[in-house]
Amino acid sequence: MPTVTIDNVRVEVPAGTTILDAAKQAGVKVPTLCYLKDVQAIGACRVCLVEVQGARTLVASCVTPVADGMVVHTNTKRARGARRTVVELLLSDHQGDCQTCERNDDCELQALARDLGINDITYVGAKSTRYVDDSTPALIRDTGKCVLCRRCVTVCGEVQGVGGIFPQNRGFATVVGPAFDLNLHDIVCVQCGQCAAVCPVGAITERDHIQDVWEALDDPTKTVVVQTAPAIRAALGECFGYPPGTLVTGKMVSALRRIGFDAVFDTNFAADLTILEEGTELLTRLKNALVDGKPVALPMFTSCSPGWIKFIEYFYPDMLANVSTCKSPQQMFGAIAKTYYAEKIGKKPEDMIVVSVMPCTAKKFEAQRPEMNASGVQDVDYVLTTRELGRMIKQAGIDFDRLPDDTMDSPIGMSSGAADIFANTGGVMEAALRTVYEIVTGKPFPFEDLHVKPIAGLEGIKEAAVTIEETTPEWAFLKGVTVRTAVAHGLGNARQLIERVREGLSTYHFIEIMTCPGGCIGGGGQPRFTTNETRLARIQAIYKEDEGKTLRKSHENPEIKHIYEEFLGKPNSKKSHELLHTHYHERAKV
Amino acid sequence: MNDKACGCTCAEEASEEELLARLDDVIADYKDKPGALIPVLQMAQAIFGYLPESALKKISLGLGKPYSEVAGVVGFYSFFSTQPRGKHMVRVCLGTACYVRGGKNVLEALKDKLGVDVGGTTEDRQFSLEVARCFGACGLAPAIMIDDQVYQRVKPTRVQAILDQYRNAEAAAR
Repeated sequence: MPTVTIDNVRVEVPAGTTILDAAKQAGVKVPTLCYLKDVQAIGACRVCLVEVQGARTLVASCVTPVADGMVVHTNTKRARGARRTVVELLLSDHQGDCQTCERNDDCELQALARDLGINDITYVGAKSTRYVDDSTPALIRDTGKCVLCRRCVTVCGEVQGVGGIFPQNRGFATVVGPAFDLNLHDIVCVQCGQCAAVCPVGAITERDHIQDVWEALDDPTKTVVVQTAPAIRAALGECFGYPPGTLVTGKMVSALRRIGFDAVFDTNFAADLTILEEGTELLTRLKNALVDGKPVALPMFTSCSPGWIKFIEYFYPDMLANVSTCKSPQQMFGAIAKTYYAEKIGKKPEDMIVVSVMPCTAKKFEAQRPEMNASGVQDVDYVLTTRELGRMIKQAGIDFDRLPDDTMDSPIGMSSGAADIFANTGGVMEAALRTVYEIVTGKPFPFEDLHVKPIAGLEGIKEAAVTIEETTPEWAFLKGVTVRTAVAHGLGNARQLIERVREGLSTYHFIEIMTCPGGCIGGGGQPRFTTNETRLARIQAIYKEDEGKTLRKSHENPEIKHIYEEFLGKPNSKKSHELLHTHYHERAKV
Repeated sequence: MNDKACGCTCAEEASEEELLARLDDVIADYKDKPGALIPVLQMAQAIFGYLPESALKKISLGLGKPYSEVAGVVGFYSFFSTQPRGKHMVRVCLGTACYVRGGKNVLEALKDKLGVDVGGTTEDRQFSLEVARCFGACGLAPAIMIDDQVYQRVKPTRVQAILDQYRNAEAAAR
């Protein structure tokens, strides 16, 4: 292994290690900007320049591998001066007002300027043309704040396989954006917000709906209820300095109550509902295929993740029949809140406001899809990301640390552990298998701790097969059938999996797709930055939440049983179809 | 004058469908080759005389490259144009020698006579106007180039006569 000396500290590192990583090991912090662990190392910004003894020029430490005997100085006059010049030049063309920027106090450029001690910008001159793209309900793109680091380009093109944005033009006229000055609304953008999640500055952010929610809360004629997605409870704490993977479910409920919501409910309830609806849909498709010999679209894809839905509408519209017709849990909740719950409390749908807290920016888009108005009005009015809820709690002056634990309200707040794991990759599939297996066999789900290990974890594409050995009489046609499932997270992986299916290389019955790497716990609306370690910590927290419950299977949730008895009839009933199912449509790829 | 000098292969004669069909053949040839985007764009520009939106979308779909990336490459290289080009390309040298000997006045005269700005194309699609840096004719500055013909010691008053040669040749060909 090569030995290198960095600022007089000798370290031994594996061959191929970059100077940046070796420096970290030596306890030396080299500043970076375009570099992002697990995502991008391209040496574009030149902030991480260091001096290598014997080298003619300074080198970008994020892309330069060490060599045995290399002597590196990170803190020479020359290196400091070069970095300072780079950052000053960026600042000289940066059109941000820090105090009013969403990234105030959470901005890498601001932090760099502070750490490098820049208190004057010596370069004055022309500024790039600023353009604010607010064409989508989910994201705002401000070219005046962009530092051209290309993290968003890498995430959009390589991780998500979408390729909506790319550097356009050349030199001083360069902007990162869609083709030919188009807006995000006009292109294949799925509004997943992974770009916003990796942006070092305020150039791409979620569209902030906090003010709308405050106004709704201040309106005495409205009943305002809130639902929180399972992934929030494992990440919200990060907005208040807790380490990733801290469960804050109880504090979150308290905070929402103090903010002033009339009722605090759980998207998890709707996740359990989804399992009943989607599980039944899968069994119906299998029955149609195996018993009746009808042409049926298989494999069936999950439909919880709105970025994925928009992705398949753009890129594989010929497979839309394969997507479950189930609405996502967010939209099922909205429809139920404005019908079933509204009736219970004697309110009209138009007098109710449903707010969601989601780890996701695409949920903002989903909420305003024209077909999402089963109650007669828009079912979900406003969607806040985890980050927005964090800001709202701060705006309300709530001391998060000192909040007591509280619990969700009834009758649409109870949920099983199966609903919790909707938050991470493999979770929806596991939740579905827990229920479908028990419905079909009448026997307890035979996996240790109820976990289907092969589909857990961060591998991009995962598979599991479950053989049904015995069945209840109703499902006798499934006796001996091996149900084959696959799971992909990150749309780039989803694309690979779909290509495999299309080429006939793999056959499955049921496929779970989540738009973001790691699943919803790694969503575009989660606290920054989500590294693989963060993902694993949040996933662990979610499993802990699941394992801590006595109720761990969706079909055993008493509130779910009750809503079917009292309101919906049975899964996939006419009423279910009206309220809980939807349809999709093709979108042009270019 | 040679009609082909404009670099376009007679866009006027073939319909857009025919040109797009020719582009399909090019894409089919290059589909699975690495680094196909730039050569395909070059050939598309040769086919159409410029890069219309319909061609760029076809290239994006055909090569499986994001439209944003195709646009990014087109925008990066000044060789590529998304605006229709005239039959004749007029380039005015504004290199140092031509600049100090009145290249700018020649440019102004051309703008005036053609009724277009730099980068523009006349309404009859006969001329496009561009600025260039040095044709190696500094001794006889100021110079302009129309297609591959260099004109030296051009004066603003001579501009009309030069342009007329092309217009007359066009009329005669009809």
